[in-house]
Amino acid sequence: MIEMKQIRKVYSTGKVEVEALRGVDLEIGSNEYVAIVGPSGSGKSTLMNIVGCLDTPTSGEYVLSGERVGGLDRNRLAEIRNKRIGFVFQNFNLLPYATALENVELPLLFAGAPARQRRERAAAMLDRVGLGDRLEHKPTELSGGQMQRVAIARALVNTPAILLADEPTGNLDSAAGKAIVSLFAELYAAGQTIVLITHDASIAKLASRVVQVRDGQIVEDRRAA
Amino acid sequence: MKARYEFLKTEAALVWRLFRADAEHQTKRIALTILAIAWGTLSIVMLLSFGEGLKRAFHKSKRGLGENIAILWPGATTKAFAGLPSGRTIAFRDEDADLLRERIPEIESLSREYAKWIGVTNGRKTVNGRVRGIDPCFGEIRHILPQRGGRFVDEPDLAQKRRVIVLGDQLAIDLFGDEDPVGRTVQINQSSFLVIGVMQPKTMMGMYSGPDKGQASIPATTFKAMFTDAKVQNLVYRPVSAAAADQAKAEVYRILGAKYRFDPEDTRALSIWDTREDQRIVDNIGIGIQMFLGVIGALTLFVGGMGVANIMYAVVKERTREIGVKMALGAKMRQVMTPFVLEALLMTVIGGFLGTTVSLGLMAIIASLPLEGEAFDFLGRPTFSPGVAVATAAVLGTIGMLAGYFPARRAASVNPAESLRYE
Repeated sequence: MIEMKQIRKVYSTGKVEVEALRGVDLEIGSNEYVAIVGPSGSGKSTLMNIVGCLDTPTSGEYVLSGERVGGLDRNRLAEIRNKRIGFVFQNFNLLPYATALENVELPLLFAGAPARQRRERAAAMLDRVGLGDRLEHKPTELSGGQMQRVAIARALVNTPAILLADEPTGNLDSAAGKAIVSLFAELYAAGQTIVLITHDASIAKLASRVVQVRDGQIVEDRRAA
Repeated sequence: MKARYEFLKTEAALVWRLFRADAEHQTKRIALTILAIAWGTLSIVMLLSFGEGLKRAFHKSKRGLGENIAILWPGATTKAFAGLPSGRTIAFRDEDADLLRERIPEIESLSREYAKWIGVTNGRKTVNGRVRGIDPCFGEIRHILPQRGGRFVDEPDLAQKRRVIVLGDQLAIDLFGDEDPVGRTVQINQSSFLVIGVMQPKTMMGMYSGPDKGQASIPATTFKAMFTDAKVQNLVYRPVSAAAADQAKAEVYRILGAKYRFDPEDTRALSIWDTREDQRIVDNIGIGIQMFLGVIGALTLFVGGMGVANIMYAVVKERTREIGVKMALGAKMRQVMTPFVLEALLMTVIGGFLGTTVSLGLMAIIASLPLEGEAFDFLGRPTFSPGVAVATAAVLGTIGMLAGYFPARRAASVNPAESLRYE
């Protein structure tokens, strides 16, 4: 599903060049639950941006579901993100002026789905994450845990190949965090491929595979027994 | 196409909410910008409407002389023809009118015009005026319409050489003051004439031998009987249509050329004033003035557009993170840009609506003002027309689109990875 070969990413800010990734090889198959861990500044956010097609590598080859991502234009990358990747962010990133339902509808809207289909699928997905009774609520009317569930519903509504989560429990209290983590486990059990970025070891250990990043390189790749 | 419509529909609903949210924390700024747009719209609508009024006043005053008519004067030959030398003067005869009427089907109506400057007397008051002897169709050709209670010279007047007279409105006032002249008599050359009508006031853009308001008309036959040595000074005709005018003109030269023996190509032998040309020029001047005014208005509106663009740039900056989120969810460039363009258009439309409403109110006020005088007759009143509406909407739309497009393009150039980290 994900094949990365010798991925390098160099940021140049003015005169200084920072090598965020220095030759990463990573393969992720379908229905894996991968946790990418590492200290801040290790390059794991950069790695996630590249996996999520938000950013392109400076060099190296990235094949996602059989398609080479390098050299694609912005609109094509947007389409790939829309169809293949579902993002979940630490700070939820919901549109504050839109209802839960509308937030979940967004990826379908960008995909050009008709209104009825959008509505039905978004409602079904919210129901699946346990928010079937909160469709018309604005984000400000929801708790942190509920907001993150909306975000997960939004990430999954277009049935992406990969659910990509960046510190999904970072802004939640432990109870809400636990609930989200168990939701992830549920999704994984149902066949969803998940890539999770975290520095919380207790969350990482629930994954089927833990990839440790340090100084822009993978230093450890350990599968659960 | 359908998907695109769906997208626009949903986005429009979200944009409306976004706009209200923006309006809440940027009230002053947005209000000022909308005001600027309203002001720009006001100026463009007022200027265009003023131009429209001017154009219509032009149109009205060019009708003063008569529409699509030609006036024909005898001249002198400049080419030798059929053995005759050049430099012969041509003089019209009475029967030329009938000849041209009969022979040229392109001529709808034609009138002789005899004329003499002479005193017109009412009791002890005498006013010098141009008195002309004409055929009944002259009134219609030259747009000399009688006021209520009066009439123009008619066929029986002509046939019976009646001593009847139609006064120009100014002449009527000079002779009779506030009194109604119709039914009274005036003296010309020691003969009594019954006043049968007074001309309706009109504005004239083009004229020959002075404005019609100071002239009087009597039947051509009466004129000839009174001044036996009088010659036809000129002929006035109207072609059946504007398209037939050139043909009519050529025929006039051909027929009179054959009769008076001059080369039909000799344009000096007869001079024809084809008022169509002047009317075209007047029309073009009207359009030119309106365009000029429109450009001034558009520039004012453009300043308002800058305000909108400025706000939109700020909004793009404010929403950088949101743009990143939308991109992460798979929004294409166009889909990122659309809401910003829509929001700019929304502001422009609100301002435009406001400005148009105020200008319509202003125009209603101007229309109700009792403005009198020749200058106002000439300028007309600002008039809102469908053309003005379309032009204003087009300018507003373009400015709104541009004011949204450039900030939106900046939004679309946002790097999603960076914008997600943007606080």
